[in-house]
Amino acid sequence: MNIQEVKDDLLKAIPNLQIEIEGNSFIIPKEKLLSIARFFKESPKYSMDYLSCITAADYLAKGFFESVNHLYSMQKKQGPIVLKVRVPRENPRMPSLVSLYRGAEFQEREAYDLFGIIYEGHPDLRRILLWDEFEGHPMRKDYVTEDQDS
Amino acid sequence: MTLQTNSSLQTELLEVSIGPQHPSTHGVFRLNAVLDGETVVKLKPVMGYLHRNHEQLAENMPYLASMPYTDRLDYLCSMTNNFAYALAVEKLAGIDVPERAQYLRVLMAELTRLVNHSLLVGFLLNDLGAWFTPVFYAFREREKILDFFEAVAGSRMMCNYFRFGGVKADLPEGALEQVKKIVQNYPRFLDEFERLLAGNEILRSRCQNTGILPKDLAVNASITGPMLRASGVNYDIRKADAYSIYDRFDFKIPLGMVGDVYDRYYVRVLEMRESVKILEQVLKQIPGKGDILSAKGLQAGRAPRMWKPPAGDAYGRIESPKGELGFYLVSDGSPKPYRYHVRPPSFVNLTILEDMCLGQKIADAVIILGSVDIVLGEVDR
Repeated sequence: MNIQEVKDDLLKAIPNLQIEIEGNSFIIPKEKLLSIARFFKESPKYSMDYLSCITAADYLAKGFFESVNHLYSMQKKQGPIVLKVRVPRENPRMPSLVSLYRGAEFQEREAYDLFGIIYEGHPDLRRILLWDEFEGHPMRKDYVTEDQDS
Repeated sequence: MTLQTNSSLQTELLEVSIGPQHPSTHGVFRLNAVLDGETVVKLKPVMGYLHRNHEQLAENMPYLASMPYTDRLDYLCSMTNNFAYALAVEKLAGIDVPERAQYLRVLMAELTRLVNHSLLVGFLLNDLGAWFTPVFYAFREREKILDFFEAVAGSRMMCNYFRFGGVKADLPEGALEQVKKIVQNYPRFLDEFERLLAGNEILRSRCQNTGILPKDLAVNASITGPMLRASGVNYDIRKADAYSIYDRFDFKIPLGMVGDVYDRYYVRVLEMRESVKILEQVLKQIPGKGDILSAKGLQAGRAPRMWKPPAGDAYGRIESPKGELGFYLVSDGSPKPYRYHVRPPSFVNLTILEDMCLGQKIADAVIILGSVDIVLGEVDR
């Protein structure tokens, strides 16, 4: 799939969209995440029915978290389409994909646990790997561990 | 009280915590179940007992230094963990892999699949109450493969065998004969296993129509691996992506019809037969001599603390025995990965554990969990 073509299709389907291409992925505004994901899932040309991987990355120097979503199609055996959403570090809130893809449930909980990104609309947003009383989010780049030697 | 019962007896729901060290939870894993009599009405998995923040460890060391740590993710399948990580880094840095190394990689990956599926079937029977007899048969066969791994990689389970752009060592003398013998004898073991199990009355009545996972839900919940295919979805990354050299081999993808525990068991048995087929082709096609590490790979391994892949990100994924194992890497051009993420198959496959168990008996919840095939080193990371 040519990424420029994919972008054109996307712009045709959802007007007034501000998206950028970076490498082989799309940087999209968080308000549009659900409608863009729905387009890729439901359009017969793409039918991206499989959400493979959700994760996040902390870009401390640039002041944002990036949520990275890899979509594939099991039906058409194609992909990936990579959707990246950037949210400010001070207020990391973004919509949850669980309503579209059940597979997001545990992976979003993990990103919440380790990065502290709040997925709005998630049915059960709790810590998953760390215990409930744990303070802080250890995958953030400014997290200081207790026994750090440097 | 709104509880509707036929009898005049008042019943209450019972909350049971199974684990985290119960043998049927396959490691330190806990199930919080709410029961009505014996029927499961709610079930929440609790995990993280083995959490060591593998991702953060990897972000604080050079790329190559993480390779032995990936062995400890799914500690039964260290070879395929290595494979996925090597693939992701090769994608990130544009490293090619020589011919003979490709064959060695596939050889190791398919042997690992045999190990994993044999053990899974054995342990599933454990959960069913066939206490350790089938597992011993599985362990006997596994031992032969682990002997081969030891001869090649120097370690039975923590192989640390893959390198960026190839593999660590070529086969020692006589190792190929060793594999040939394993591959020749494996179908006999599978026949024996099947005679023992597939027609077994208890296995059938316990597993058939237990824990059905519908096709649509399986796709929607990102289920991968044998579990997905047991529900009848034809999706195998070895075919869909044809990574490495999987497009050169002729093999089928076994599919289930119902998506119950029995299908998940049987799909794995059939997958082992396909793996044997792939191994036979590997043994025929593998070039007799050749490099096992490409020039770029050699460069990456020579001074691992100094080696820097170009800035960018990459997602490499393979069909591990448990499902899609993916590594997402972000490089900022320094010798350490800026972001390192593992997409573990058994963690994601647990998402719909509750859905499969609702309305089933608590004893069946145990075999449903067994049929998911989890390894806690990978779930918790």
